[in-house]
Amino acid sequence: MEGVKLKKDNFIVAKKRFNSRLIVGTGKYKNMSECAKAVRLSGADIVTVAVRRVNITNKKKPILMDYIDPKKITYLPNTAGCFSSKEALRTLRLAREIGGWKLVKLEVLGDRKNLFPEMIETLKSTEVLSKEGFKVMVYCNDDPLMAKRLEEAGASAIMPLAAPIGSGLGILNKVNVKIIRKQTKLPLIIDAGLGEASDATIAMELGCDGVLVNTAIAKAKKPFDMALAFKHAVIAGRKSYLSGRIKKTFSGKPSSPNKGII
Amino acid sequence: MKKIKKIKISLNGKVKLINEKTSLLELTKNLKIPIKKVAIELNQEIVDKRKLSRKIIKKSDRIEIVHFIGGG
Repeated sequence: MEGVKLKKDNFIVAKKRFNSRLIVGTGKYKNMSECAKAVRLSGADIVTVAVRRVNITNKKKPILMDYIDPKKITYLPNTAGCFSSKEALRTLRLAREIGGWKLVKLEVLGDRKNLFPEMIETLKSTEVLSKEGFKVMVYCNDDPLMAKRLEEAGASAIMPLAAPIGSGLGILNKVNVKIIRKQTKLPLIIDAGLGEASDATIAMELGCDGVLVNTAIAKAKKPFDMALAFKHAVIAGRKSYLSGRIKKTFSGKPSSPNKGII
Repeated sequence: MKKIKKIKISLNGKVKLINEKTSLLELTKNLKIPIKKVAIELNQEIVDKRKLSRKIIKKSDRIEIVHFIGGG
């Protein structure tokens, strides 16, 4: 904008600087090209990826790296689908071996119906991974006490759920998110459960440093438009948070001066 | 001509017959696997990709080859 100087607002995770505060998942798309286009439109610098067996029999199956270049977009290996610390550690050590990835997302689930995080296993894994030199972004409950424990265990980012993964319910406990925001200097990223772009704006207005979205974009009727919507929603929410909102009052206050009324 | 002996291994959870004395490097080459894009486990231990040629596959070895796919 001409003549307007805005203060630089960097998103830093594990000493790495990113432009976009939106992280997107790469699952649930119809195909790889749809996924790659949605990622591009979202403006995300970081994408989550899963570690799975190579298809030995069908070599023509498309490879993610051929569609999303890991040199341009930061891959964030995720342990989605792991139900124990052992499985999660194995997955992330393999992820590191693929190409030296140290920035990872830890997700240890404990409940197959609601996909809630198993926090005891998550905490144990965070300790081990931090000691091994990983930079661990941790999917967790929106529990301020547990967030504190993760921080003490060496987490690089706290990633509380908004609602169950893929539920689209939006942020269910805004108060807890605000409490976690106040107590931690670590990047706070809302992960899972968002349904529409305004949910991302609310997360950012609560003071979160970023949001992670997958299903809400991938399963929208128009994923490309939704990717754009989330991109702008995150920017809007961040600007709104930094701008200092007005106080809420329970009476009306006129916007035009009373003086000079004819 | 000496007949090449075959051994049974487990590759990504499936039984596979391969030639005896095959190295992990040879196996990945035979399967046309892009080494830079995968990680390999031999009997639940991660193998350093620079040392694949030194790892000779033995009978009943369990090999896992993984890569990144789309995920949340």
